[in-house]
Amino acid sequence: MDSPSSTIERLPAPKRPGGWSIPGWGLLQGLAVTGRNMVESYYKKERMTTIQYPEERAPISPNFRNFPFLVFDTDPAADLRCTACSICEKECPPQCIYIVLDRDENGKSLKRPRVFDIDLSVCMNCGICAEVCPFDSIYMDGEYELSTDDRFGGLLFGLDRLAKSAEYHMKLRPEQATEVMARRKAEEEKKAAAAAAKLAKAKADAEAKAKAAAEVKPEEKGEEV
Amino acid sequence: MIVEIETILAGIREALPNSGISFRKNPGPSGQHSLLVDGSNLVEVCQFLQDTLDFDLLSNVTGVDWPEPAKADAVAVPEGEVTPAAEGFLEVLYHLYSTNRRVGPLVLRARTADRAGNAKIPSVVSVFRSAEFQEREIFDLYGVIFTGHPDLRRILMWDEFVDFPMRKDYVAPDDYEYEPTPHDAVLEKAKTHYPSSETQDGKIQDTRKEPVL
Amino acid sequence: MISDSSMLYSTPALETGDDEDQLLRVSLGPQHPSTHGVFRMNVVLDGETVVSLKPVFGYLHRNHEKIAENATYLSSMPYTDRLDYICPLSNNWAYAHAVEKLAGIEVPERAEYMRVILAELTRLINHTAFAGFILGDMGAWGSALMYAFREREKILDLFEDLTGARMMANFMRFGGCRNDLPAGWAMKCGKLVDDYGPFLDEMEKFLVGNEILLARTQDVGQLPKDILINGGITGPMLRAAGVNYDIRKVEPYGIYERFDFRIPLGEIGDCYDRIMIRFLEMRESLKILRQALDQLPEGDYIHPKAKIRNFKPPVGEAYGRIEGPKGELGFHLISDGTTNPYRYRVRPPSFINLTLLEDMCLGLDLADVVIILGSIDIVLGEVDR
Repeated sequence: MDSPSSTIERLPAPKRPGGWSIPGWGLLQGLAVTGRNMVESYYKKERMTTIQYPEERAPISPNFRNFPFLVFDTDPAADLRCTACSICEKECPPQCIYIVLDRDENGKSLKRPRVFDIDLSVCMNCGICAEVCPFDSIYMDGEYELSTDDRFGGLLFGLDRLAKSAEYHMKLRPEQATEVMARRKAEEEKKAAAAAAKLAKAKADAEAKAKAAAEVKPEEKGEEV
Repeated sequence: MIVEIETILAGIREALPNSGISFRKNPGPSGQHSLLVDGSNLVEVCQFLQDTLDFDLLSNVTGVDWPEPAKADAVAVPEGEVTPAAEGFLEVLYHLYSTNRRVGPLVLRARTADRAGNAKIPSVVSVFRSAEFQEREIFDLYGVIFTGHPDLRRILMWDEFVDFPMRKDYVAPDDYEYEPTPHDAVLEKAKTHYPSSETQDGKIQDTRKEPVL
Repeated sequence: MISDSSMLYSTPALETGDDEDQLLRVSLGPQHPSTHGVFRMNVVLDGETVVSLKPVFGYLHRNHEKIAENATYLSSMPYTDRLDYICPLSNNWAYAHAVEKLAGIEVPERAEYMRVILAELTRLINHTAFAGFILGDMGAWGSALMYAFREREKILDLFEDLTGARMMANFMRFGGCRNDLPAGWAMKCGKLVDDYGPFLDEMEKFLVGNEILLARTQDVGQLPKDILINGGITGPMLRAAGVNYDIRKVEPYGIYERFDFRIPLGEIGDCYDRIMIRFLEMRESLKILRQALDQLPEGDYIHPKAKIRNFKPPVGEAYGRIEGPKGELGFHLISDGTTNPYRYRVRPPSFINLTLLEDMCLGLDLADVVIILGSIDIVLGEVDR
């Protein structure tokens, strides 16, 4: 077996400082570093890293994610994008999503959730729900000041608190929302075009049938004759 | 570098004629085939691999529970016709590497006779010290008894714990602290576990709200 | 080669002679600032000298492996962040690497470069934080850790820009990464790499010549090479003793064979070598980072055919390992063809590196135990899983 160790150049072993020329010289050097850090922390930007939180806030990054929210286009009751397909419920690692499909009185699915709960005390902000959603319905929020003194109810978010408008999404993550909107629009147009084509085809078929029937008729008559 | 497993197999068979070792094919794309070693010869095989073939690093020891033996043979396919085990068993896998020759992993598997009284495999701690904590962990979570292990105690679970939680048929006890998640299954379990007075006087209750739609 | 195997297992018999009442049993931890989390050692002392040391684990045990077996392959990815929470992206890569082996998935070139960049940044984080922690263990409480964490925070800001979270990244996917680098990220990272060298200079100046550090770390906790290998010790711990074994060179996963870097090796393997080896490794990581950022190609960040939903690897098993900052981090997966792994095993470097803790500590003072434990560099999220 040819060992590839020949390709590895060895660095010299870590230096071990030998005799101490001046006792405590190393300590003084360390103290000099500390002193420099202390002095520079008053005026050098890269050494001033603390911010005074409630008064000052660090800008949050555009990719920052915290808890999920649901998107509706215009009206939270009527056009929530969620179709209650339960894919996020199945994929959620800590199993904190709970969905009940809404049905009409005949038991037919209305393709929207009657109950959509996320238990934020269990949620671990991984973002897998947003990733697996095929309907562009669930995204990660940037809201982080959610503390509550109600341990049990306060962190169980239902549809009333989860549903947020598409404008909110646009404001929060412009890049992603623009892409999603464009894709949805294209899909809708495609669908509309397909429907129109289908309609046109049906019409054309009907016309052709009528025409064929009209053309056939004289022949039939001719046969009769 | 991939190990040349046929050569190793031939070497072991030549040096230890009664080792009861057989080749097991890995059907997946990883190509990590393994050698099934009879438990009683495991220590000798490990000693031979360390001394003669220079496999000096036992990197990983994995315990697996196979209540259905057919499943185990589907993952580690035997050569030719082999009568499958009559009952389920526990399996321990060893991943060996050679730091000098830079080859590996050489996968060894050893199986217990059953999952209850005879779940025994000899410990390889006398050959590879790195198995010490890993074997204790497998004993703790699967219940494999490593005969000859110098200090076989529970390691991750507490000493008074009775069951083996990584087994496939393990049922979690009902007495964990109740956390109100929106999941009905957990909620129902908690309601049956706690006395009804507690669940009714508002101490533990379904906090799910009806959605405002 | 070790011929006498009885020598390896050297748990000392407790001397219960005339001076039994002289022995002092100390339970060090689980709540102790030097134990880096909830870790306990039952130490028996003869005066100040350690006679026996038994580590006690499990205070953070949550049966990560069982949770993963009851979840889909993708659902385990965020849990791997929580193993070694100092370096989540290395854990992500190790898991993705194992699953890619299991299912035979190709990774596009750009994704490989991104992974290398993130893994090396993670190594910087880990080793920088290590320097802070070990100084804390020696009594330099505060300054060193603050400087280390200040630099660490800059890298975490980069992670937040990219992955959305400082620590719980959940970023790698089977066949690539979750999203592409945002605009300007590579430039920011390049600036950080340029600034990191001066910080390392400063940090080295701060501690290398320090007489207290020299007195407390030199010739403390060394063991012979063959015993270290036999005990399964990997990573900087092993290389500090002079064993040339780095998985990035031995079994170049990803695209590591494209980069020009060296493996620093120590001589003796005492705590001093273990500290210094990490500084040298950081310099090598900076080298890799510079090359990777220069060569970063355009292209896909995830394989176009990678499956996110309903991912089912073929029946089989795979053991995939990477050189994590703390040692060999491996995942052993067995698939039975369903959406959940049949067996999911983590090979945690912190846990296995503790195997020889007792041997390193025997005969030394109690104060040395703290340094030796610090030099092993454990994270309890990974030890207890």
